Amino acid sequence: MEMLAFLIPVALMLGLVGLAAFIWSVRSGQFDDPDGAAARILIDEDAPATLRD
Amino acid sequence: MTQPASLSPGCPSGLAPPERAPSNDVSAFVRWEAGQHSLQLSVRGAKCAGCLGKIEREVGALPGVTQARLNLSNGRMDVQWKGALDANRIAGTISALGYGVAPFAPDEADSEAQREERSLLIAMAVAAFAAANIMLLSVSIWSGHDEMGETTRRVMHAISGAIALPAALFSGRVFFRSAWGALKRGRANMDVPISLAVSLALAVSVAETIRGGEHAYFDAAVMLLFFLLIGRFLDARLRRRTHAAAHDLAALQTRTVTRLGMDGHTESVRASDIAAGDTILLAPGERLAVDMDVTDGVSEADESLVSGESLPRAVAAGTRLFAGTVNLTQPVRGRAIAPASDSLLADIGRMLEAGEQRRSTYRRIADKAVSLYIPLVHTTAALTFIGWLVAGAGVREALMIAVSTLIITCPCALALAAPVVQVVASGRLFARGVFLRSGDALERIAGCGHVVFDKTGTLTLGEPELLREAGDAALLGRAARLARASRHPLSRAIVAAAGAGEVAAHVSEHPGLGLEADIDGVRCRLGSAEWAGAPDDAASTARLQLWYAEGDAVPHRFVFEDALRPGAGAIAGKLAARGITLEILSGDREQAVAETAATLGVREWRAGASPSQKAARLEALREEGRKVLMIGDGLNDAASLSLAHASLAPGGAMDVSQSASDAVYTGAGLDAILTTIDAARNAKRRMVQNFSLAAAYNLIAVPIAVAGFATPLVAAIAMSASSIIVTLNALRPDSRRR
Repeated sequence: MEMLAFLIPVALMLGLVGLAAFIWSVRSGQFDDPDGAAARILIDEDAPATLRD
Repeated sequence: MTQPASLSPGCPSGLAPPERAPSNDVSAFVRWEAGQHSLQLSVRGAKCAGCLGKIEREVGALPGVTQARLNLSNGRMDVQWKGALDANRIAGTISALGYGVAPFAPDEADSEAQREERSLLIAMAVAAFAAANIMLLSVSIWSGHDEMGETTRRVMHAISGAIALPAALFSGRVFFRSAWGALKRGRANMDVPISLAVSLALAVSVAETIRGGEHAYFDAAVMLLFFLLIGRFLDARLRRRTHAAAHDLAALQTRTVTRLGMDGHTESVRASDIAAGDTILLAPGERLAVDMDVTDGVSEADESLVSGESLPRAVAAGTRLFAGTVNLTQPVRGRAIAPASDSLLADIGRMLEAGEQRRSTYRRIADKAVSLYIPLVHTTAALTFIGWLVAGAGVREALMIAVSTLIITCPCALALAAPVVQVVASGRLFARGVFLRSGDALERIAGCGHVVFDKTGTLTLGEPELLREAGDAALLGRAARLARASRHPLSRAIVAAAGAGEVAAHVSEHPGLGLEADIDGVRCRLGSAEWAGAPDDAASTARLQLWYAEGDAVPHRFVFEDALRPGAGAIAGKLAARGITLEILSGDREQAVAETAATLGVREWRAGASPSQKAARLEALREEGRKVLMIGDGLNDAASLSLAHASLAPGGAMDVSQSASDAVYTGAGLDAILTTIDAARNAKRRMVQNFSLAAAYNLIAVPIAVAGFATPLVAAIAMSASSIIVTLNALRPDSRRR
């Protein structure tokens, strides 16, 4: 039972970290354009390959 | 750099057709901030990664552009640039790629709604975190029922309380605030029992934890908040999305005015920047965005959006033109007048206000349910407390049971019953191009048994169509040579009927009369009867008509009619099949309305109605006890739209009318009206079902709670089960009808 004194705070801390990360991502506007975020990963932004000598 | 091959117009995935909308002058919408120009545009037709990449790359390649970012979810594009780039070039670039583009002025209401949505999302996340962690502790308390020592249980409860209290205070703010606001005004809404249940559950649980008791309801309180916040968040998000869509529709309308400065230079400014007394230049084909008195110029104006009149009106110095009027033939100059100075607009404004007030007194189904629910549940809880006291239980025990009754009859399912249905239904309508403006609109539309239609622009397209006669093809082809030089709607109707062809040289246009040109030495005229030299008596019929004369030959008459919208012919029958009666209330001439009514098989119609007559008719219908769904688009309909029980406006309607109505539908056809009515009736049925389910749940749960069997475990299971059942019922696909 003594383990609980250790495990419960650890579990809560992990949960809080996740919650903080979520709140940060909402505040920084990462949920403002879900469709765009899904599409942007498909855009090929690399420059065409050039020959190196 | 070579142009990429993917530059075919429109969406490369073919998800949306390319648009070739004439783009408005956007330069008036450029803002200057932090050493950069910035412009927000609303882009239509962008659906996929290809669109996103194409638009951002092409706009980003313009000289001086520092940022070009398109939000694919809502179609807003943010462009920032340095230097002397013309804003219209940006809009032109996007338009040339095959996307619709309109300037977008960010409004205060939208950013307010976005803040609300974010704070609800965060509140929901906090409640979810708390509910999950408390449930973790609660499950161990329930499963360790016999073996767990009292100290361990008390520690577990204390930790639960330490999580639940701050989380509930934080995420429950929206409910507490709304409940407090309602109570202060001496009313009760759904948030009152919610707040009461949550705060009582927390208070009793804290007392139990301090006393070392067995039951604490921390998990139930936070889970209740979590479920309710899901509903609130979905509701807020959908409201913002539909609001933005309606706002974008309004942005398509002309918002800029050409102002003539003292020095003779013209500039394009926003309609809101025009002051009374400014000189305005109105080009042919342009729609007026402010009200003005004409000072110079002779032309004709299409006032169908203002008065419902489908025949063009002659314009000369001294004529007063209202916003929404389209100039047809020649440029005119005018002086802007203050909007409030005119009696017609002031009247409409007053009637709009009256309509708003009337509508705010509407009692939603949910309000009615709450007014039944609150006294019933709270009396039951009080009786339970007294009953257990009389039966010999201690005060503490009686209080615990009474509170558990309050918690288990929590209005969770009740509070979700209506909003979830509304969210689902308006989401489905949104996908079909119908944008609801208020949550209770569905209920009101569902209750309507009588539809009042405006004619011009609502039942008809507001564009004339040539009535073909046998053997007029040759004449039509010759008349079209003149017509191709004009922007007059009747000329365009001739061209539309004749198709492509040659255009005569040196066509002169005489406002109010017609067109003239010499073709191979013969003087050809197209225009009014008087202009073409037709006999007077033939001109007496008040139909849309044009006369065509070649030299001294007998003039030929072309007759036009205002074309009906697709689906209009069948609408009367389809509405009748739904038990809805139909009536036409138009500002147009008697004959035009009579013909439309006869074509559609509508027996009840009124013509030549002024805005106040329209409003009076709606009042009369209301006094007869009929619930009216008004459908109209013009300035003259705005007052009646706001006075009706419920109202719809087409996407091309005046913005005043759009904001006075409950929903805006897009598309040329009238099927959207039937879709909306069906969806509204279906939604209302679902709401009633959901309230019945919630009532059935309470019928089972209340006896259990009153008898004292509602442990926290039972409460947790019963509450989530009822919420899930109600939500699933709302999500259930529409049963196929017809």
